[in-house]
Amino acid sequence: MSTRIAGLRLPNPVMTASGCAAAGRELGQFIDVAGLAAVVTKSIFLSARAGRPTPRMAETPSGMLNSIGLQGPGIESFIEKDLAWLVEKGARPIVSIAGDSTGEYIELARRLRATGVVAALEVNISCPNVENRGLVFACDPDSAARVIAGVRRETVPGVPVLAKLTADVTDIVAVARVCVDAGADGLSLINTLLGLTIDATTLRPTLAGVTGGLSGPAIRPVALRCVYQVHAAIPDVPIVGIGGVRTGADALEFVAAGASAVQVGTAVFGDPHAPTRILNELIAELASRGVSKLTDLIGIAH
Amino acid sequence: MTAAIPDVVGPLQIEAEVVSRRRVGAYHHLTLVARGIAEQVLPGQFVALAVGGPDSSMLLRRAFSVYRARPSGAHGGTVEIVFAEAGRGTRWLAGVEAGDLVDTVGPLGRPFRVPETPGAAVLVGGGYGIAPMFALADSIAAAGGRAHFVLGAGSADRLFGVVEARRRGGTVVVTTDDGSAGTRGLVTDVLPDLLMSTGATAVYACGPMGMLAAANRVAVNTGASCQVLVEESMACGIGVCMTCVLPIIGDDGVTRMTRTCTDGPVFDGSAVRFTDVGTVPADTFGAPIVHAGGS
Repeated sequence: MSTRIAGLRLPNPVMTASGCAAAGRELGQFIDVAGLAAVVTKSIFLSARAGRPTPRMAETPSGMLNSIGLQGPGIESFIEKDLAWLVEKGARPIVSIAGDSTGEYIELARRLRATGVVAALEVNISCPNVENRGLVFACDPDSAARVIAGVRRETVPGVPVLAKLTADVTDIVAVARVCVDAGADGLSLINTLLGLTIDATTLRPTLAGVTGGLSGPAIRPVALRCVYQVHAAIPDVPIVGIGGVRTGADALEFVAAGASAVQVGTAVFGDPHAPTRILNELIAELASRGVSKLTDLIGIAH
Repeated sequence: MTAAIPDVVGPLQIEAEVVSRRRVGAYHHLTLVARGIAEQVLPGQFVALAVGGPDSSMLLRRAFSVYRARPSGAHGGTVEIVFAEAGRGTRWLAGVEAGDLVDTVGPLGRPFRVPETPGAAVLVGGGYGIAPMFALADSIAAAGGRAHFVLGAGSADRLFGVVEARRRGGTVVVTTDDGSAGTRGLVTDVLPDLLMSTGATAVYACGPMGMLAAANRVAVNTGASCQVLVEESMACGIGVCMTCVLPIIGDDGVTRMTRTCTDGPVFDGSAVRFTDVGTVPADTFGAPIVHAGGS
């Protein structure tokens, strides 16, 4: 079941998705986080953030809309408490970073390099829940390139830098190419899609943040389309598939479309055992097909 | 042969078999076989139930305060909840029958804190919000204290547990908004007099946010302590989704957007910024810095 994201060897392809597993500690009550390919932590900024007011969440058909607003403790507390816990448990931490400026991303990369324990960085340039939606870096190729190049420069060679992209663009392949040209070692596809729900009683938007990020199986076909298109265009770049993975069969679809690994997000809210269960189901999916190496199936749909 | 129950400390995820589901007034009373959970649960803790079955389009768990937990019995450990049909998820739950399986996670959250010598306390519940108060009353009684009840609801059919409250032996006061049972009015209309007549020095409340705020105000005015059990909407119940937060003042005096699932659902009334619920107060840890004249 082993796989590889650029220089990073992984014993299996199933990770948690950023924002859906905090920093692993809570899930650690249910599953062995060290047994996962990686724990991708909730996007961290330099400073603490209170996030948005409530309501922050609405359930939608086979999905969920959220507007958390990237609540978090800031990088210092994260390194001291959360990252230290993951390392102590033997988990592979992939740290998701987010910033309001290119400089903030670069500073985050610098601080994390100093820890020496990060398996990879996932650069969140695509969260829809920022104050200024003009700052969704992944919607602007020049900004995306500057952030990725800056983070790559500040990161130890051999520690992959993954660009997490949004499907809310006209041409995701173009953004993917720009990020790879800027030095991204891999691509995490996709972030939540911008959505909105209306409260049937008040006839106002349900979320205090008005719009939110849509996740869950509802977005899986969009995510698969993105993985498929990007893998077709730049097949040598490793892709981490994200979007509504709920079963091992779902994970296999992403692998077939071109993903070298997958992340489990919203499914965790309904099933804290989901990452481990999905890994076991994926192992069974391969076994039932008589396939011994996961890597033989990456991109096989093409 | 039954396997030994592991001496687990912490929440479990189990397929809980439904023992019974019956209608009680406007509500449903659900009993689940929950070995491992029933043995651990403390008053004020909750369980999070998956709804709609394994292929459900409803992805998020529904959280319910535990009404009763029985560590042993004919079915092994059982956990009971009381709920109202409020949406698609609870409509599904209202359709389960004995023998069905419900994916259950628990026990979750921090329980009520009962002092070593509790004295007299008034337990306040709005509608089925009274459900977690009976186990609390037992804890208070076991510690040598005495529990009195105020049960409030919009109308008589939305009251729960009046007879059960009366059986405990303390004073029981009932209020309804429409006067169809007990005193016409709100729980807080009768709370000051009850605190006075019983000499109670502690209030415990569960119900809608407005009721909790009012109960806390009454407690503050009479010098009583107050613990509130909040029931915020949450996606996971285990502390990872960050949707169930409230502005809560910490022991250090700093307000944080605090998870009600892992840091609650029970809080000291004085720690909850009731009037700021639905906002991020400007002095919250990590609140956006607002520039003068900015937009």
